[in-house]
Amino acid sequence: MTIDFDKLAVGDKLPEWSRRTGFAEWNRYAAVNEEFVPFHMDDEAGRRAGNEQGAFGMGNLRYAYIVNALRDWVGDEGIVREVGCQYRAINQKNDVLTVIGEVTGKSIVDGENRVRLDINVVNQDGGATCPGHAVVVLP
Amino acid sequence: MSNDTLTYVTEEMRAAQGEWGGIRTAPPITETDIRRWAMATYYPRQPPRIYWDADYAATTQWGGIVAPPDFNPFAWPVQRPRGGSPGFSGRRPDGKPLTGMNGGQTDTYGAPMRPGDVVAARSRLVDWWEREGRLGHTLYVRSEIEWRNQNDELVRTRMSISIRY
Repeated sequence: MTIDFDKLAVGDKLPEWSRRTGFAEWNRYAAVNEEFVPFHMDDEAGRRAGNEQGAFGMGNLRYAYIVNALRDWVGDEGIVREVGCQYRAINQKNDVLTVIGEVTGKSIVDGENRVRLDINVVNQDGGATCPGHAVVVLP
Repeated sequence: MSNDTLTYVTEEMRAAQGEWGGIRTAPPITETDIRRWAMATYYPRQPPRIYWDADYAATTQWGGIVAPPDFNPFAWPVQRPRGGSPGFSGRRPDGKPLTGMNGGQTDTYGAPMRPGDVVAARSRLVDWWEREGRLGHTLYVRSEIEWRNQNDELVRTRMSISIRY
């Protein structure tokens, strides 16, 4: 599927991209990113770090989900040019995280068809955990 | 001590502000590194072919397998670099260790990372601020990290916020 830059409009939505997260996802990410931080691996360590529910997920994994959602949207002929976000809430065990986004602008810069989006990662309760923005390039 | 005077900012931070640190070079990227990264971040779904199928990838604009933009080639060094100056992360006046957390980042991506690439990084402290938060006195440190490949092409610029409390 190729997105038509000319037909894309401000307000258009990014297809939602979801994962249920817990140790199966966190451990895999810890392994590839060598991110073995006790509060991501151990409930007691999570509580010591201030999260009563125990261990919690990596911000970087939520960031990966945003990147993946954007890449899946633009496809292999598009480019993910910029992604920024803030980690505002904890990713608790068994949260279902969904990447959402909305087109906020289009421009042609250096010959690139650039699309700017507001993005976020929301949990199953609708809580916004990760507000940010992205810029992608369409063919 | 009142919170008006409490600070976790160190002399090392003040001295280093704005100065690029030394260059750190990652091991060469392999197809396996890329496939595993993609499998971990897409789990439990199958990742896109661009990350693991060389024949398919050759038919795309990229001409071959590329890494996900957020791929980290610096994971798993044989020799972990010494922590440089621990004072760069802030310090409590009472000497107790600070807890660190990732506050967020903005990445701008340039040349894609490919199998065989060797990425080098340099970083600098940009600025910082402190405030009283849910976790007590909290230090936010903004850093800039720049990655270049073996052809001196800019791969990624990251502005990141580290939280210390």
